[in-house]
Amino acid sequence: MRTKVVASYFQVPELSYRIWRVWRRNLEVFMKTYRVNFFPPLLEPIFYLVGLGFGLGGFVQPQEGLPYIAFIAPALVAISMMFSSFFECTYASFVRMYYQKTFGAIIATPVSLEEVIAGELLWGATKSLINSTIVLGVVFAFGLVSSPLFLLIPPLAFLVGLLFSAMAMCFTAITPNIDSFNYPSFLFITPMFILSGTFFSTHNLPEAVQIVSKLFLPLYHVVALTRALTIGRFTTNLLFNLSWILVATPFFFILSINLMKRRLIR
Amino acid sequence: MSSEVLIKAEGLTKKFEDFTAVDQISFQVYRGECFGFLGPNGAGKTTTMQMVQCVLPLTSGSLSVSGMDVTREGREIKKMIGVASQEDNLDPDFTVLHNLIVYARYFDIPKAQAQKRAEELLKFVQLGDKRDVIIDQLSAGMKRRLILARSLINEPQILILDEPTTGLDPQARHLIWDKIRSLQKQGVTIVLTTHYMEEAAQLCERTVIMDYGKIIEEGRPLDLVKKHAGEEVLEVAWDEEVLKFLKDTFPEAKLEILGDRIQVFTNHTRGVFTEILNKYSFRSAMIRDANLEDVFLKLTGRRLKE
Repeated sequence: MRTKVVASYFQVPELSYRIWRVWRRNLEVFMKTYRVNFFPPLLEPIFYLVGLGFGLGGFVQPQEGLPYIAFIAPALVAISMMFSSFFECTYASFVRMYYQKTFGAIIATPVSLEEVIAGELLWGATKSLINSTIVLGVVFAFGLVSSPLFLLIPPLAFLVGLLFSAMAMCFTAITPNIDSFNYPSFLFITPMFILSGTFFSTHNLPEAVQIVSKLFLPLYHVVALTRALTIGRFTTNLLFNLSWILVATPFFFILSINLMKRRLIR
Repeated sequence: MSSEVLIKAEGLTKKFEDFTAVDQISFQVYRGECFGFLGPNGAGKTTTMQMVQCVLPLTSGSLSVSGMDVTREGREIKKMIGVASQEDNLDPDFTVLHNLIVYARYFDIPKAQAQKRAEELLKFVQLGDKRDVIIDQLSAGMKRRLILARSLINEPQILILDEPTTGLDPQARHLIWDKIRSLQKQGVTIVLTTHYMEEAAQLCERTVIMDYGKIIEEGRPLDLVKKHAGEEVLEVAWDEEVLKFLKDTFPEAKLEILGDRIQVFTNHTRGVFTEILNKYSFRSAMIRDANLEDVFLKLTGRRLKE
């Protein structure tokens, strides 16, 4: 019985091209207010680069052999992947599901609930791609990109966005109300924002914290990959970083769809 | 109405954990008819509708639509039905017209065809001049009409209307009723739920009355009224002596006491109450036609609109 319940969380969903109909609906809403949507990812990295990079950077010794501003620049790109997709599939998806009843309207058509959720996840991944590419453009304009491999960052952003969207959707599936998103935000996103090698090298951290970062914080791996692609510096560790993401993404993708099914179809 | 069965439920049951929302119901809906589910809030009407529209799995029993099983062929069934839900689930980010266009896409309707159909439907529900308005600016009645238009975008054979006029003013309600009648004339099979007796009486050829997840009665609205509530109902102000008098005068009648009023239901033909009132005078007495609400009251001992 128990194994049956566990298996139901990992049932591979049946999906069709219809997921793109859901994706397209979200894209059209986004494009209606594109000016508002494009500004934050354009301005925010400028504040960070000027404030932290130039300001704080004057007091900080180079991190992992990089000037401080060059160290944090790729992290800003990685952070924008996380924020844009995670918040899209928590708050924004919850509003569509609960307040606007959009999911209910769509599943009365030939589109299934699994496809609605998968469409939401693809849209979250797309938000990650859009926002982080804008941040990457700013970083590029500051002259902080030193490898042509930076072109691989947008596809990485889509993959990473899919991962964070799926993790977010798991919370959305179990949250009792919209206020409860404060828990994953402060207990998961904030520590990740600080402890993933974003604003200082994790080598300076106590060993236990380093281990936790490597094992449980996806942003740690994203930052490492983004930094490597920005400056063109490679180590074998990157294989572990990429594998972590490649394993976790389908895991959470499937889990989140099944959790949402349990929430919405009883 | 033909004799072809379009929706068939047998022993249909839905349980949520230990709460039984729909309890072993059986019914048949024929092609071309308007079939009503009548009952108070929480009777299980919406749950039944959600099983018919293939979004809620059954706990037990069987349910088929146009010969297809809802559990196995949900996608095919959804293509041929239109659903106007009880709640407002229009897309607030889009205009009136764009709501229909986006919805058409979920049915794989090509763009040009969707555009044409959307414009026609807006005209049909008299929202042609609102096509470029944002949803927030529509009145409740306009939203209901747009939801109705949206449910028709795929030219459905079966239309499910879940409380189509709840919360609307009389004008808005009559407009929706007109549209429903004209759809029925076009041959669309309509299944509607309502807790308004008048709505069922106006629109439905056959109804079932649901209470606590069970079907407690079924038939044509007029037949049901006649069978359970007679033709006329006498209502008088409550009084100990009057009550005794009425009991003696109509020993076979059913007397209901509702607040400070006594209601008398009999199987007598029209006119018997008039005779009584000509002979005796009671405080605030009134004779009125029996209606479906009386049927419900008599069957359950409870008011419907609670």
